[in-house]
Amino acid sequence: MLRLIQLELQKLWLNRASKVLIIISFILPLFIILLSSFKIPFFGYFTLELGELGLFNFPLIWHLVTFFASQFKFFFAIVVVSMIGNEYSNKTLKQNLIDGLSKKEFILSKFYTIVFFSLISTIVILIMSLCIGYYYSSFTELVIVTRELEFLFAYFIKLVGFFSLCLFLGMLVKRSAFALASLFVLFILEWVAYLFLWKFSTEELATNIQNFFPLKSMYKLIDEPFARIAATKIPDNQELIRDYAVHFSEIAVVLGWTAIFIFLSYQLLKKRDL
Amino acid sequence: MEPILTINNLTKKFGYLTAVKNLSFTINKGNVYGILGPNGSGKSTTLGIVLNVVNKTQGNFHWFDGNTTTHDALKQVGAIIERPNFYPYMTAEQNLKLVCRIKGVDKSKIEEKLEIVGLLDRKTHKFRTYSLGMKQRLAIASALLNDPEILILDEPTNGLDPQGIHQIRQIIKDIAAKGTTILLASHLLDEVEKVCSHVVVLRKGEKLYSGRVDEMINSHGFFELKAEKHQALLEVLESHSNIGSVKVEDELITAFLNEPMSASEFNKLMFDKGIFLSHLVKRKESLEEQFLQLTDNQEN
Repeated sequence: MLRLIQLELQKLWLNRASKVLIIISFILPLFIILLSSFKIPFFGYFTLELGELGLFNFPLIWHLVTFFASQFKFFFAIVVVSMIGNEYSNKTLKQNLIDGLSKKEFILSKFYTIVFFSLISTIVILIMSLCIGYYYSSFTELVIVTRELEFLFAYFIKLVGFFSLCLFLGMLVKRSAFALASLFVLFILEWVAYLFLWKFSTEELATNIQNFFPLKSMYKLIDEPFARIAATKIPDNQELIRDYAVHFSEIAVVLGWTAIFIFLSYQLLKKRDL
Repeated sequence: MEPILTINNLTKKFGYLTAVKNLSFTINKGNVYGILGPNGSGKSTTLGIVLNVVNKTQGNFHWFDGNTTTHDALKQVGAIIERPNFYPYMTAEQNLKLVCRIKGVDKSKIEEKLEIVGLLDRKTHKFRTYSLGMKQRLAIASALLNDPEILILDEPTNGLDPQGIHQIRQIIKDIAAKGTTILLASHLLDEVEKVCSHVVVLRKGEKLYSGRVDEMINSHGFFELKAEKHQALLEVLESHSNIGSVKVEDELITAFLNEPMSASEFNKLMFDKGIFLSHLVKRKESLEEQFLQLTDNQEN
């Protein structure tokens, strides 16, 4: 396993474009710290400081930070897609196989790298959240700090699932740009399917089915935190009280998709004549 | 003899097109094999199948004694097919390190192999700055990294200038001299003739011949003759039982032999008949002539 990760990391790290993208994808989420110190002046009457609003209280911070950080996953998605695209365009995939890498090992080396990257990213987010949290949070008791840590786990699963989808699309269309385009097409298709379902059944049923679609199920892992934040400010508003927790079923669905995407990528490579 | 690669009734179909048809042959240790055939005759497809990058439709093949999986066997094989494929943004050394990781070979071999192909002084240059000849030589260095049992080369001199071709051929000869089995696919006949001891001839995916290069067709060779008594010479040739067909091009007469006969024997015969030859050469068909004869026979 170590050998396969080393192999892939060498390919990525020596490529300037992917090196830059990897660095960007690690650095950009750190700017959430900047957000925390943001002061919005209201015409000199008073200053709104986000950090003082209780946004960075444990355990809410886990939800907030993982939600925002996961928006930056797109940068590494480009890396994933191009690491497949380059292997095809340089024909190095063929050469790798001739040199004695099995097709299974090839897919695994990509998958391990995805898991490895997601893990590092999760750890970075963990450390960053702890720093911001201990600085701003009103509660720093260990019991409260460790509550809702499942958001971090959901973040990890979300990244692995999303990058596996990118890996599969890369294998399917062989070219990076087209793979990213097909990601967008998939996004549109999911919404078209949703609207169709809604038209021919109820909104509730349509939403329930949509939650099983690949992109939606990944998005659903970490719900948007705005309503929840609003709810903490206006506790009486019943409309804002929703279910924000990370559910085991949601994780299972994404893990299911991950398995399907990796399996399909392998089958695709196995069937193909290079 | 120790078999290295055994192919049995291998067939590959791309849709309607049959690229390889019922192909069988065996490669034994220590020989230099050529796979010969025009473009599109199934050479690269056959190599692709045994190298695990093309899926076979029917038949089977096995490496060595048949107890190693293809995946493990490929670690003892060095191969380059079609074009040299490396990561353009890595240097030669980095590319070879990657191959070492894949093959599970120690990195200490890199310098030694770069030395063999004469690229040691360019090892820190990026692959994309290389000329085609250098790329091809790097590919050979890469294929040699694991000290392979067999070296497979698909059209190794394709697209190179005469100097490059000469360099590559010299490297191949040096490697063959060390006892490494070589399988060389080519459509260049003189290349195969110069380098190989055994040959497999393919046409449209079918095997026409496999065996030693010098036994490709049963031929006793031919004489090229010139004499002042042109007509008399022709008459003698036509009546002689050892001589098969006779071809005349201006002054030059080509007489094909049915039975073995040495040049001095023939010269003596002519002398006895009172014909003095101004030109006498005994030759065997070149591989090219043999190849054309072989492929022509199949067509008729």
